[in-house]
Parts: sequence; structure tokens; C-alpha cells
Amino acid sequence: MSAILDVRNLRKSFGAITAADDISVTINAGERVGLIGTNGAGKTTFVNMVTGYLRADGGSIVLRGADISGKSPREIARAGVCRSFQIPQLFLSLTTEENLIIALGISSGEALRPFAGTGSPVLVASLDDLLTRYRLQEFRHRVVSELPGGVRKLLDIAVSVTRGPSLLLLDEPTSGVAAEQKFDLMDIVVNALPKDVTVLFVEHDMDIVSRYSTRVLAFYDGRIISDGPSDVVLQDSRVKSFITGAPN
Amino acid sequence: MTNTKIILAATATLAALLALGPFLPGWATFLGAVALAKGITALGLVVMLRSGLLSFGQGLFYCVGGYGAGLLMLWGDVTNAVVLVIAGGLSGLVAGLLIGPLLAGYRKIFFATLTLALSMLVHGALTKADILGGSDGLNLRPPTFFGLEQTTGLSPVFAIYALACVIAVASACLLRIHFRSVRGLLSLGVKDNEIRVEYLGTSVRRAIFENYVVAAFLAGMGGALNALVLGHIDPELAFWTTSGEFVFVAILAGQVSVVAIFVASILLELVRSFSSQHFPNAWQMTLGIFMLTVILFMPNGIGALLQRRRGSKIAQGEAP
Repeated sequence: MSAILDVRNLRKSFGAITAADDISVTINAGERVGLIGTNGAGKTTFVNMVTGYLRADGGSIVLRGADISGKSPREIARAGVCRSFQIPQLFLSLTTEENLIIALGISSGEALRPFAGTGSPVLVASLDDLLTRYRLQEFRHRVVSELPGGVRKLLDIAVSVTRGPSLLLLDEPTSGVAAEQKFDLMDIVVNALPKDVTVLFVEHDMDIVSRYSTRVLAFYDGRIISDGPSDVVLQDSRVKSFITGAPN
Repeated sequence: MTNTKIILAATATLAALLALGPFLPGWATFLGAVALAKGITALGLVVMLRSGLLSFGQGLFYCVGGYGAGLLMLWGDVTNAVVLVIAGGLSGLVAGLLIGPLLAGYRKIFFATLTLALSMLVHGALTKADILGGSDGLNLRPPTFFGLEQTTGLSPVFAIYALACVIAVASACLLRIHFRSVRGLLSLGVKDNEIRVEYLGTSVRRAIFENYVVAAFLAGMGGALNALVLGHIDPELAFWTTSGEFVFVAILAGQVSVVAIFVASILLELVRSFSSQHFPNAWQMTLGIFMLTVILFMPNGIGALLQRRRGSKIAQGEAP
């Protein structure tokens, strides 16, 4: 497998707190990687640095051979790295359909043309496809501020994939979602994504991690303390001690 | 409403306004032309409001457009009104291109205050510029219209009213189509969530800058029309009270209807004209009461009333 993301010696501190302490990791194309760790372990900081929300204090982030360290979120998105957020980042006063139209319009370039209508056949076809794949049809004309939390999570992910990313980072996709709906949500997301998309997702629910990831990175105190297949990492004694709390 | 229907409705509206013109008394034609000039400027303000920015300094471009047209007439000996209005628009556009990159980085009260400050800076500079008439300003000659006034006996005020109608209807029609477009939706997206827009791979600054320049162009044309109808330009065009009028029109109209902007502009001119005629010492108070009434009883503006009547969607900018 070829490397899609190569992170070397990544460092980030917030005052006296070290959120990323010399992190080095290589992610291969097509992997589904679960990022686990306690609160403050550095998972979201890692995601934020890869996607340009935070600038690293040191180290490099290389995407398919191109250094994206220090680039803006916009440039990184254009390079093929997209993300969803722990708190969905949507256009709250607009409808589900309008959120997706904006996202599709930006990715297709139609949003740069002052008079390009919202009814072009290509746009409508893409919109219908997304609404179907992410099971959002019934919420199509609902204003986002009125949508349930789980639907907002789905819409946030649907909006983030409109650019056709090669690397997708999901920050706690099931947080705030009812326990009985978590697997349904993840099933929808996994089935909707093309198989060649590499996915990194931050997750606290170990059942979700073990079912949906092919590889797990365990963060603790700004470092990766364990890296490997999910069944191996989740049985790691340090992971049990510091993260999952499972008995050794 | 499809784009074709919008264009047909605009054409019909324009025809009706032009047909109505000859039957209007002189004061009404004059007032109509001034109201349309201000409405065109307020239209630009709504373009910015849709991306979440309120300018308290739109008078700057109104003034630049007025002076651009006026100086071209006085110094360049150009008298054709169409050329002068385009020149006014281009003057506003150039000013917008120069100032826009700076302002696109500011939001909320910082943006509003900075626009106000720049506008007052221009006002102050013009007041001291003797070559531009200082605080008294400059008087302009009546404009011409491709020689039509000589062959048809066209009244200059009606001709400017007609030109204002054409520009107002064309601007409203184009913006109505734009508000329905993907780019129009993007402005609403910028207003709602800049982080998401950036993570989708496009520039918020660029979107704001573009809206700002469009608003500057419209204000420039509005200022040029106002200069031609009044036959005078002075620094008051950039004074904060002038900018305040555009803000008031935008608030009175709301952000959902392009037609409402012109209705609001005409209403404001009517209230001001009648109150200054009948209550010369208290017309500002009348205007204040009118503003309070609107804010209390129509918080979403006239546009929302029109919108409710047609049962269309506010968020899509489905303007009547």
C-alpha cells in the first residue's frame, strides 16, 4: 500500500501543555484508522494540525509527497483532505438541500459564477445522490437549526465529502448521538464513502473503533503509545491502563 | 420563479414605470429619481448584508460616484447622462477595488466602524479641497441624452428618472437572479459559518471582497444619478447621515426582496419630503417616529411582508 499521509516529528504546545509531542506516523491509502485516547490526549489537535486549523510548532505533514505543513484549511481541502467536526459546522439558517448545494457548488466551481443557478442537471444529480446515500431525503427542505443531532452529524459528513477527498478526517462522528443509533450512523457513513477514501476518525466508543477501523492509533499525553490493527491495540496493556480502562 | 419569468416581470415593471413617468407631476418624477438612486445604493448594502456585513460608510462610494460623474462633466466636458452614470459606477468600482482588500478582513462592528471612518475621511478631505469646491461643492449642467432632448423635447428630469428606472430595474433583476444562484447562497453561507466555507475549499475573504465591490459599483451609479438629478455635488454625499439613510432603507426593506428596497426608498423620501414641508422644525422627529414604528412592527422589513404574501422561502432569497 502507498502512503497517503506522512507525518514526521509533529509538535504542538499550548503554553505548558504539550498536545503533540514528536508525533510520527504514516497512513496508507485506503486505511480506516481509529484515533483513540482520553480527553486532552492530542487526537483532535492532531486532526486540527493535519487539516490546517492549527499550525504545528515543528515537524512536517506530507500528503502524497507534497508538504502541506502550514497551509491554510482552504489549501488543504483543495489538496484532497476534508473533515467533519465534533460540533457539526453547517449553515444553520439554511436547509439541508441548500447546505449541500453550497458545498457541491464550491467543489464544482459553480459557486464562483455569479449567475449559475441551482438547477443544473449535474448539480441536481449530485445532490440527489448525496441525499440518498446519506439518508437525508426526508430532511431535504428542513432548516438545519431544527434538525436532530444525528442528522446534523450525517449532513456535516455529507457536506465534507462533496469535494471528493482522498483523505477524510472525522472528529467524533458519533458523539452526541444516541447509543442505539451510533452503529446505524457509522454504517451509513461507511457505506456511502467510496472504498478508496482513506478515513481517520476520532472515537471514544471502543465498539465503534473495533468494528469500523482496520488500524488504531492510541494517543496518550500528546504521543502515540500504540499503533496497529484494532484487535492488537485494544489489547495493549498500556492502552487498557491509560485509555480504555479495561482490566489487564 | 424562473430566470425567464424574472426578466419578463422586470421588463413589464420597467415599461410600466416609463409609461407612468409622463403623467407624474414634476416633483414626483424628481422624488422618484432621487429615491431610485438611493435604492440602487441600498441594493448594494443588501448584497453585503447577505454575507453578514453592515456598512455604515456606503456614502463614500455614493460620493465618489457623484464626484466621478460631476468632474467628468465639468473637466472632461462629457454631458451624456448614460456615460456619466457609467463613469460614476466605475469610480465607485475602482474605490471598492482599492479599499475592499483591507475591509474584507474585518467583521461585525469593526467592519461597520471602519467603513464609517473611511467615509468621513473622504468627507473631510473633500471639505478642504478648494479645487473640488470645498464644503460648498460644485454645480453641474443639465445632462444630455444622445441628443434625444433636442429632437423630442424630453424634460431633463424625466430623462434622468427614465435612466434611473432602467438602471434600478436592471440591477434589481440581475441581483434577483444572483440571489437565487449558488454564489448567492454562498453569501448566506459566509454569514452563517465562515469556518465551513473555508473547509469546503473556497475563500471567505474573496466572497466578501466581491460583494463589497458590487456594492461599491452600485453606490457609484446611485451617486452619479443623484448628482445629475440634483445638478450639484458636495461633500455631504459622504457624510455619515447619508450612509445612515442607506442603512435605514436596507432595514426598512429587509434582506429578502429586491423590490422592497425601492419601495422602502420611495417611502423614506416621501416621509422626509412631506414631513419637512409640513413640520419644517420637527421633520427629523417624524422620521424618527417612522423608523421606530417600522422596527417595532415590521422587524423583518417590508420584504418579509411581500414574501409572506407569496409564501416563498426567505432563506433562498426568493424575492418577489
